[in-house]
Amino acid sequence: MSAAVLEIQHVSKRFGDNLANDDISLSLQKGEIVALLGENGAGKTTLMSILFGHYMPDSGRVVIDGQELPPGKPRAAIRAGIGMVHQHFSLAPNLTVLDNVTTGTESLWSFRARKGEARQKLLSISERFGLKVDPDARLGDLSVGEQQRVEILKALYNDARILVLDEPTAVLTQIEAQKLFSILKDMAAQGLSLIFISHKLDEVMNAADRIVVLRGGRQVAERKAAETSKTELAELMVGRTVTRPQREASTPGEIVLESAGITVRENGVDTLKAVDFRLRAGEVLGIIGVSGNGQTVLAQLLSGTRARTSGDLLLFGKPIDTLSVADAVFAGIGRIPEDRNKDGAIGEMAIWENAILERLPAFSRHGLVDRKSGMAYAQKIIDQFDVRGGTPSSRIRLLSGGNMQKLILGRNLINRPRILIAAQPARGLDEGAVAAVHERILEARRQGTAVLLISEDLDEVMALADRIQAIVGGRLSPPIPAEEASAQKLGLMMAGEWAQEFSHAV
Amino acid sequence: MRFERREHRSLTLVIATPILAIIAALALSGILIAIAGAPVLEAYWRILKGAYGSRLSTTETLTRATPLMLTGLAAAVAFRARLWNIGAEGQLYIGAIAVAAASSHLLGGLPASIQIPALLVIGALAGMVLLLIPLWLRLRFSVDEVVTTLLLNFVAVLFVSMLIDTVLKDPTAFGWPQSQSVADAAMLPKLLSRSRLHLGLAIAVVLAFLLHVIQSRTVFGMQSHAAGLNPAGAVFAGVPLGRTLVIVACMSGGLAGLAGAVEVMGVKGYVTTDLSPGYGYSGIVVAMLANLNPLGVVLAALFTATMFVGADGMSRAMGIPSYIADVTVALSLLTMLVALFFTQYRIRR
Repeated sequence: MSAAVLEIQHVSKRFGDNLANDDISLSLQKGEIVALLGENGAGKTTLMSILFGHYMPDSGRVVIDGQELPPGKPRAAIRAGIGMVHQHFSLAPNLTVLDNVTTGTESLWSFRARKGEARQKLLSISERFGLKVDPDARLGDLSVGEQQRVEILKALYNDARILVLDEPTAVLTQIEAQKLFSILKDMAAQGLSLIFISHKLDEVMNAADRIVVLRGGRQVAERKAAETSKTELAELMVGRTVTRPQREASTPGEIVLESAGITVRENGVDTLKAVDFRLRAGEVLGIIGVSGNGQTVLAQLLSGTRARTSGDLLLFGKPIDTLSVADAVFAGIGRIPEDRNKDGAIGEMAIWENAILERLPAFSRHGLVDRKSGMAYAQKIIDQFDVRGGTPSSRIRLLSGGNMQKLILGRNLINRPRILIAAQPARGLDEGAVAAVHERILEARRQGTAVLLISEDLDEVMALADRIQAIVGGRLSPPIPAEEASAQKLGLMMAGEWAQEFSHAV
Repeated sequence: MRFERREHRSLTLVIATPILAIIAALALSGILIAIAGAPVLEAYWRILKGAYGSRLSTTETLTRATPLMLTGLAAAVAFRARLWNIGAEGQLYIGAIAVAAASSHLLGGLPASIQIPALLVIGALAGMVLLLIPLWLRLRFSVDEVVTTLLLNFVAVLFVSMLIDTVLKDPTAFGWPQSQSVADAAMLPKLLSRSRLHLGLAIAVVLAFLLHVIQSRTVFGMQSHAAGLNPAGAVFAGVPLGRTLVIVACMSGGLAGLAGAVEVMGVKGYVTTDLSPGYGYSGIVVAMLANLNPLGVVLAALFTATMFVGADGMSRAMGIPSYIADVTVALSLLTMLVALFFTQYRIRR
């Protein structure tokens, strides 16, 4: 066995009462891809921050090519050949790609910028690894996937031999993610060593040679990708067997929500085009699609935050003129926004305030807020929906993603809504929380709630939905029953290929 | 060294913050006093004496604090909803000139019991209108209100300057650019005889309490707070963003306009272009010192007025420029901002 490029030896780090890393050791060979797998809060990012010198470890050390890295010095880490690709890019949107890549590499006192050489070097790197970007494009004009490529290029430009990627696919679509992994594999084949952080089982199985599993700050296992399975990894990661619930058969009731030819036009562009769907009581209708195809607009329309340009919306069989947020809430439409931090919660406000904000008329008298019943309501949600990590009066920002989502689910489901608009309800959650959210959605379905599930996660839709429609470029495909859905068929539908198949059926 | 967000803010910390900030600011300006060659503690003692040493100085300090409370409330109300109204100075002048014009031309004959409330409303309305213009520009065209409200200050003061040199000019003022005086019946009753202290102080304090209740207890208070903290989240929860901002602007502009009205009706009786020594701008400092809390505004305004009035007396006795008051107030804003940062973050190695 060849000498390791990188060795992390017995690293521990404590934050207050929280032992974020407990005696973790890890080694990386040349040309190897190691995945660091763990749930949110397992200590993955802390470990990588220690590696990169952002944090000082309480004990333990990092060794690169047999040399100990001085702790707490990012500059030393860069010089030793470590490149970091952050989850939230550390790039300047108003600079060009070239400027972004070279920033920080030039001596502060050099009189002329060596633009020509820099450009040559950048182009040769992007050629070598197939990372195509225009060096003169303004960063802010690029897509998220392209921006990530720039972040990787920046690390390579600094002569990184060890590349660390923090949840690289969190911001990417599935197609972009696949592209990224093929580039990563190519880089490994060319002799780079890579570590990537993830909590997604599929991608670690696909992309990594070796998988290190962290849980609660401890290193619980290390497996070769070829010798493990998704089930085993899931169990190791969560620490117990987690199975996502599956829907059981049921007979849906009457139509509660119907869209007939709804179009939304914005700045001369149709973001929704003649959308038709029917949603029945006691069923889950899955709307699947690659993000950016109109599902956000559809969710906003049904949540009461966006108006339609034309078409009819029927709620419980009655045509609806305009749907405001208050109309939706008090008509019994529960709403789970796709971005819980931006839309679903006011981070700096208390949990109880967040619980009642959308139904203030029910919690106020003569314009005065009834704090007492608001607190009791929040406590009820916390108890019934197993929200951990906060009391009604603590700020909602303190909750983890999963618990915040349980609170948002709870403030809707506790009122037994007749319709639930759930947009990306499990996005970014760890396995345990995903299972809990799915269980709640299925429970609502059993109780007769009609659920519109908007998602880009095939597994999620196939597990929960009774019928599935794809959304592509603002158009909705005709529904197919879940029994006929396969990953392949849904993949085709998400690519917009339903027209021929259905034309003869109609 | 890193900064970490604090997860819990204790009440002690919230109360201690402004006090520590002010002590730090006093310590820093103490260095300047020492450089100017005066004993620091005596200088501060003289400032305190200058502000509260006699019945006259105490009432003078309170009179000075009154418009600061109103402009401070104007800033606090707006900033809480993330409406950056930097235009209280202009709104103050427009409120003042509206009152002078209305009393000298329209309502002068009315008895005090009708004229005073009517004029207060007119002053507030004038201030509102001046803030609704930039708000409309923001809602309609996304124009940054920091720029528009700031620049409107100059427009407003020049407009007032034009009026008091032309149509509203007082012919008996020996050619000085000064507006016609308000009627005697328009003058606010004194709170204490043989002083300049007037009813405006009571109005400001009552409004501070009222605002405190509105912000902490009402539906509107919660909605406007949500709109300020996270507009997208507020919209999702059904808060009418535009309407909320319009109401906030009416409150903020109204308070600033009221400051001008009260200053004319309580102290001066007429408008000149030096009616306000920057009350509108100082109001921003007052609001920040109070951490946007309406009750805190009352105390912060008292502190600021104490420094200004006290520094005059100290300056006469010790030969140190009274600009030290400006320096201290400015420093207290900076130290307060630093202190506020540390209520939200802690230092980690």
